[in-house]
Amino acid sequence: MIRRVALFLGSLLVVAAIWELYKLIGPEAGGTVFGARLLPRAQDSAMPHVWDMLSRFGDPERRGSDRANWRVVLAAAWFSFRLALAGFAIGTLLGMGLAMVMARFKVVERGLLPYLVMSQTVPLIALAPLVATWGGKVQVGEWVWPRWMSAAVLGAFLAFFPVAVGALRGFASAPAASVELMRSYAATWRATFLKLSFPASVPYLVPALKLAATSSVIGVVVAEISTALRGGIGRLIVEYAQQSTGDPTKLFTAIFGAAALGLLMAGLVSCFEYVMMRNRPRPEEDERALDTIRREALA
Amino acid sequence: MTTHRSRRRVHIAVASVVTLALIATACGDDEEGTATEPPGSEAPGPTDVAETTAAPDTTAAPDTTAAPDTTDPSATTAGPDGSAPAAECDTPDEVSLQLQWVTQAQFGGYLAAVEQGFYEDMCLNVEIVEGGPDIVPQQQLADGAVDFAIAWVPKALASREAGADIVNIAQIFQRSGTLQVAFADSGIASPADFEGKKIGNWGFGNEYEIFAALGEADLDPAQDVELVAQQFDMNGLLNGDIDAAEAMTYNEYAQVLEAENPDTGELYTPEDLSVISYEDVGVGMLQDAIWADGAKLESDEAYRDIAVRFVAGSIQGWAYCRDNVEACRDVVVDAGSQLGNSHQLWQMNEVNKLIWPAQGGIGVIDEAAWNRTVEIAQNTSNLEGATVLTEAPSEGSFTNDVVNEALEMLGDSVDTTGEGFEPIEVTVEAGGA
Repeated sequence: MIRRVALFLGSLLVVAAIWELYKLIGPEAGGTVFGARLLPRAQDSAMPHVWDMLSRFGDPERRGSDRANWRVVLAAAWFSFRLALAGFAIGTLLGMGLAMVMARFKVVERGLLPYLVMSQTVPLIALAPLVATWGGKVQVGEWVWPRWMSAAVLGAFLAFFPVAVGALRGFASAPAASVELMRSYAATWRATFLKLSFPASVPYLVPALKLAATSSVIGVVVAEISTALRGGIGRLIVEYAQQSTGDPTKLFTAIFGAAALGLLMAGLVSCFEYVMMRNRPRPEEDERALDTIRREALA
Repeated sequence: MTTHRSRRRVHIAVASVVTLALIATACGDDEEGTATEPPGSEAPGPTDVAETTAAPDTTAAPDTTAAPDTTDPSATTAGPDGSAPAAECDTPDEVSLQLQWVTQAQFGGYLAAVEQGFYEDMCLNVEIVEGGPDIVPQQQLADGAVDFAIAWVPKALASREAGADIVNIAQIFQRSGTLQVAFADSGIASPADFEGKKIGNWGFGNEYEIFAALGEADLDPAQDVELVAQQFDMNGLLNGDIDAAEAMTYNEYAQVLEAENPDTGELYTPEDLSVISYEDVGVGMLQDAIWADGAKLESDEAYRDIAVRFVAGSIQGWAYCRDNVEACRDVVVDAGSQLGNSHQLWQMNEVNKLIWPAQGGIGVIDEAAWNRTVEIAQNTSNLEGATVLTEAPSEGSFTNDVVNEALEMLGDSVDTTGEGFEPIEVTVEAGGA
């Protein structure tokens, strides 16, 4: 664990060193090959020094404000994190539910899966303004659709797909011998699902959830940028980008905030993975066990 | 053994999913508070205070508000039920206004009207809806998501031509704020000097003033100049990718003045720059206007009545911002703008210059400017050969009736022409801080 943290910090230092090295030797005005810009500009307005960007966190957001920039970024990241978490949870529930229905009824799988694939080709920025208008307008009984919900839903829109596909594949991954064993017990679909299909799907679910977690962050931040939702990191990126002519380091503080958000989300899933997978045999052991079962079945 | 283990796994899985869902809902509950509150409202939230204390304001009725005037014009503006708009207000009408962008001084008048209780006096409860990069205000209005929208005239007319039934009811900005900014040593002093230069433009329908100016100077946009797609910042100009960059007086121009000149280590000054104003060149197109739903304006008496009161309240807000530039800037900053103080004050002052003086009264659409805008929109084609409009806008694309009623309603209580208007001097700080 300590080794991993050290490695992570070390890699950050390496990235920072490469950044500074490029600034040192890279062309100030960027490099063009046959009219196409290939090398980024190394000047301060395009690539500020690492220490300038870091020290910008400590400066007040604007003159006369007693809020340091890191507080503003942290508050915005926390706001977006909660939205992403909500989107992730909605997406996971939806994806699992869809996968279950598809696993249970083959007809549904054939009918629904193409639409799920199609849904992911709709560009998020086309959906965002549409979904954003539900805020404060859509009403179910007493409950009024809050504005932030739109961003969370767009996070869920990206997150549900890998979960649905991963879980569907995972549910079908139980060894045939085990399925036949359950059948010989006259086990119900429910019992088979809970005792066999679902546990078997976990190795497929974990990478799917990792994808979903980062997708939900992307969905939320893109939705925030596209609708300039107040409070989130996306809004900060929009506003700071506008000021980047005179204060380029400020924009980078918001971008760092967004990056930290993605890392946090991925870390969360890793914790989940650790909890879910700790009692599992390693994959190679799994393979060996499967081989034994197969050989015995053939014998 | 295996079943035990897998059951435990299932339990863990279910528990984690439930926990996630719980966290999400828990977050949801406090987010509703945060989402509606300006992020920078740590200082004693003046917006909140204003909203809750606006009611007493009505009774105090300072002489700038419309309250004293309501007895007379209310006869003309009263709703179908005959209720007077301002004086007897039981339940204020809910109104939403779609902005073109996030909170900034460009919309200071509306924000001030909320904060100063001008809308409240008009028996309105106005919700300001911020815009964003992918939000098209006139589309939101046409879709019925909001009651009114702020939009530039050419783009809104293009939407109208595409079928959106929207009507310009108040031309708040009387002048165009579009500039072309070059360095003073570039030799660019008028559109005729664009020849052979790299001319930045934003595209997306923001480029037509440039093309009209090129046409006036007898330059062929396809051959005589090199048109460069420009980001919404001024780095292209500072980097030398662009010789003359498109800029708004109230935003991008200030961004240049807030940037450090690497040669001197000081900020750029107006002397370093050569500025061409399209308004001065004579090809200015009308910009920020209040648009309303055409069908409702026609058939819904109550909506029309709300529109009059909304325009009246907005005019009061803009008059307040003209007379109290710094206070209005503070209103904007407190409403959650993350732009720096000096940039915001600059913007407020420049926006005032686009509105005041308003010879015919603020909001009244000047036929000459309107016709010029339409003429350019119809006859100037961009590089792809497209014009903003393919034909003259249909009948009823604007009306002065609403704004005239609003002006009549305000009477002499507010200076609606701003004849003696003098802009203030603003110096921007590095980064607009």
